[in-house]
Amino acid sequence: MSKIIEGLYYAESHEYVRIEGEYGYVGITDYAQHELGNVVYVDMPDVDDEVTAGEEFGAVESVKAASDLISPVSGTVVEVNEALNDSPELVNSDPYENWIIKVQLSDASEVESLMDAAAYKNAIGE
Amino acid sequence: MENKRTCLYDKHVALGALISPFGGFDMPIQYTNIVDEHNAVRQACGVFDVSHMGEVLITGAESEKFVNYIFTNDIADAPDGKIYYGMMCHPTGGVVDDLLVYKMSPGRYFLVINASNIDKDVAWITENARNFDVVVENQSEKYGEVAVQGPKAEEIVERVLGIGCSELLFYTCKEIECCGETIIVSRTGYTGEDGFEIYASHELINDVWDKLMASGEVAPCGLGCRDTLRFEVGLPLYGDELTDEITPLEASLGMFAKLDKENFIGKEALVKQKAEGLRRKIVGIELKDKAIPRHGYEVEADGKVIGVVTTGYNSISTGKSVCMALLDIEYAKLDTEVSVRIRKKVFPGVVTKKRFYDKNYKK
Repeated sequence: MSKIIEGLYYAESHEYVRIEGEYGYVGITDYAQHELGNVVYVDMPDVDDEVTAGEEFGAVESVKAASDLISPVSGTVVEVNEALNDSPELVNSDPYENWIIKVQLSDASEVESLMDAAAYKNAIGE
Repeated sequence: MENKRTCLYDKHVALGALISPFGGFDMPIQYTNIVDEHNAVRQACGVFDVSHMGEVLITGAESEKFVNYIFTNDIADAPDGKIYYGMMCHPTGGVVDDLLVYKMSPGRYFLVINASNIDKDVAWITENARNFDVVVENQSEKYGEVAVQGPKAEEIVERVLGIGCSELLFYTCKEIECCGETIIVSRTGYTGEDGFEIYASHELINDVWDKLMASGEVAPCGLGCRDTLRFEVGLPLYGDELTDEITPLEASLGMFAKLDKENFIGKEALVKQKAEGLRRKIVGIELKDKAIPRHGYEVEADGKVIGVVTTGYNSISTGKSVCMALLDIEYAKLDTEVSVRIRKKVFPGVVTKKRFYDKNYKK
């Protein structure tokens, strides 16, 4: 059974966003990391890049495949999780602690179109 | 069309394997994860269900002559029990399939072919056999096959399965009477490690699998790590490094095409290609970054596309992002700087040998 955390917002493409004030921390869900298998590389944007809800901002590479990262929110990247450069496997071991980008949100209301924990649990059939 | 299942399919499901289609079969990709299974083979012993592979038996008065006519390697005067790797080529020099030829006994040759090519190969072999006094028998449905691979394989095959195999040399085989049938055991594999492949009836292959699993000393391994293992030691996969359009010379496998032997299909084209010089060739590329070059990605240099990635991974044994790629010949020299386009970015790298990790065969 995949781990799902209350209070986060979830996208159909298996990214989550944790909202803290005007910032959103974006990562992939426990379900996604499990489906991907051993993560060996995270292709992240640069700080100050713009991301748009519903659009690709990078990729997570497992041994067997590359999977696009789709941003659940729009805004400006203010930080990327540098630890993932040396230790991409952190995405497997704790995907919720190891977010991928921190975004300064341009439209906080966007999260309303995302799923809550219960809806996501339902979406992945658990 | 519904995929076929091997005789071990239910065992894979019971072990919780991730199942995906490969070569027309629903095959186990991984049981736990690719990295652990890969390391089990490099360090101890892993077992693969390779029952999807095809087997074709060639017999008859002209079987040696015929096999040598369709096969790029030279099997003339082969001793019994000897195994050869090589290809079957089109008249163009492109590859129909790569395969192993087992010389079982006088006039009896056992061909092991890729699952995805069974129908194509059997048609090709049968068509070309018309003018030879041979019998072509597709035995793919008859045999199950497991590969036991890794530095502990010999000890485990002997002790757990009770099959004496220590005297088998690399790329040789023997037939053994076992439980009322004749099985084939060979010192071969597709991982770069020492190991054995066992061909037997579906029932007996299930017994072999059960014994190995019950021992607790082997890891069941899926096709995921089979690909990462073969890739690291520079072994080709049909569909990636070899295709109907890529010749053995272009695949840097010229040592398995004996251009000085008597006529074989494709010889003329290969001799011509060698004389004129290759225009493209498969080499290795090592990237400076950890991004992964994958099959089909473009390779660039001097602002233009100069090739394509055939297989690429972040090598589990070395940690480096590496690939095999088919490059224009002027960029195929060692240490040439090239880059690979991965999504929107271009990642720099250099041309290397296509063997990224040394084989540990017991010869």
